Amino acid sequence: MLDLISISKTFNPGTVNEKKALNGVSLHLADGDFATIVGSNGAGKSTMFNAITGAFFVDEGQILLDNEDITYKKDFNRSKIIGHLFQDPLKGTAPHMTIEENMALAYLRASDHKNSFLSRVNSAEKARFREQLALLDMGLENRMKQPVGLLSGGQRQALTLLMATMVTPKILLLDEHTAALDPATAEQVLKLTKNIIAERHITCLMVTHNMHQALELGNRTLMMDSGKIVLDISGKERDGLTVDSLLEQFRIRAGKQLDNDRILTSM
Amino acid sequence: MGTIFTLSILQSALELGCIYALVALALFISFSILNIADLSTDGCFTLGCAVCAMVTISGHPFLALFAAMAAGVCSGFVTAFLQTKMGIESILAGIIVNTGLYTINIAVMGFASNVNLFKCDTIFSMAKEAIGGSFYKILVALLIVVIIGCLLSLFLSTKLGLSIRATGDNTDMVRASSINPAFTITVGLCVSNSLTALSGGVLAQYQKSCDINLGTGMVTIALASLIIGESIIGGGSMAKRVVGVVLGSCLYRFIVAVALRLNVPAECLKLVSALIVAIAIASPYMKGKIAFMKQRSLAMKNYAKEGK
Repeated sequence: MLDLISISKTFNPGTVNEKKALNGVSLHLADGDFATIVGSNGAGKSTMFNAITGAFFVDEGQILLDNEDITYKKDFNRSKIIGHLFQDPLKGTAPHMTIEENMALAYLRASDHKNSFLSRVNSAEKARFREQLALLDMGLENRMKQPVGLLSGGQRQALTLLMATMVTPKILLLDEHTAALDPATAEQVLKLTKNIIAERHITCLMVTHNMHQALELGNRTLMMDSGKIVLDISGKERDGLTVDSLLEQFRIRAGKQLDNDRILTSM
Repeated sequence: MGTIFTLSILQSALELGCIYALVALALFISFSILNIADLSTDGCFTLGCAVCAMVTISGHPFLALFAAMAAGVCSGFVTAFLQTKMGIESILAGIIVNTGLYTINIAVMGFASNVNLFKCDTIFSMAKEAIGGSFYKILVALLIVVIIGCLLSLFLSTKLGLSIRATGDNTDMVRASSINPAFTITVGLCVSNSLTALSGGVLAQYQKSCDINLGTGMVTIALASLIIGESIIGGGSMAKRVVGVVLGSCLYRFIVAVALRLNVPAECLKLVSALIVAIAIASPYMKGKIAFMKQRSLAMKNYAKEGK
């Protein structure tokens, strides 16, 4: 589904702040793969996501999504087939617009909707939005006319997840999307995520700082360090892995201890 | 002297309020919705005025209004092009266009600094013949503002309108919805500037003249109307906010009319409007500050009492 072919990106080249954020990253994700990513601070996890979504163009390499070369495609064109959730629950929704209006915008990604730019949100769409909101089990279906700014962080993140998957994306990128939520809400949003991904068979990449999550969720675990993928395990090898052996693996591959402050504090 | 509020004052405040409400609505789109300070408003207003005046002179008062709007669309497009395709800061883009428009406006008026329409047919003179009485001006201005207000609130609830509103609220989210923010900014500024120019056009026919300096300070005046309107109505649906902006504009004109009646010299009007804008913008902040100071002094008093 997704192919990264030795992509590299250097920020501020030729200055003292030069930072090689991605250093020849190659990755092949099969259709329906759900890979978790862990790594040190500044390992290039978010940078890899931003390269995939098109927040910047890579210096070298190629990005293929569903066999289509999207290396130089603009970000707003890519977003049609890519869902992206950030750690910050405020990033994915427009606070001064109602839940219904936010969902209507997300629904514009459906291809048959491009030519209905001058139409208004019709009652069939409203019913559909309401139905989907009910699945969240947060009572949001009765608050469709309220501005999103009134929702809690967890509710906003759940809504963003719903919006990102409303039109089934070819790949879903989750960048520590539950890290800013309280434990109970995080659990709830994670459960929703698992359900949606399983139900619709979505290919997914998820950054996490929780080592247990990294091994439990999905079918594959990636570790990144200094702009490279240093560990890629799946199948039987992954099933037998514990958090300790995962950390040990990292130490061997990267030649140093894993130094992610949030990983250490969450253990 | 008599009373300060006479019917004729109320009437002219309403007439001008409705005409200038169109600029306030333009800033409602660019300033409130898109979150862009479009400083080309002054020049664009004069552009609409000049284009409308010239087409009216040639004998087409209705066509003149549409010509003014078309000119406004062009001006808005240039401003949007400079910000979205040339990487110029939005405030600078507005200032650049505003400066350039001065020359263009003079050129449109045949390199004269003013034009008069005393002998021409205007929409107002035609309404006078058709309706008569003394309320024909109000009716025309009201009709225009009602039509534009309805169209605007309808437009803002379409999916394109939603995209434009989201652009000012959360640009990243617009990108994530596969919409190009450069496109929504361009459409928004074109619509906004067409209203500014229409306002200038209607004013040209209303006062039967056009002057190169007509638009000076227009952005401040429109901002005052907008902020008065937003603070009267507050949040709510787009239609409600549009009505609020129109009311704000009428109220502003009324304040100005009263100021004139109280023998404030006409030259001081710009200072008065600057003061109104400053007070209107600062008042929510000051209200919060005063509330906090009251709360603090109360708490300190209680603390002192308990301490003894």
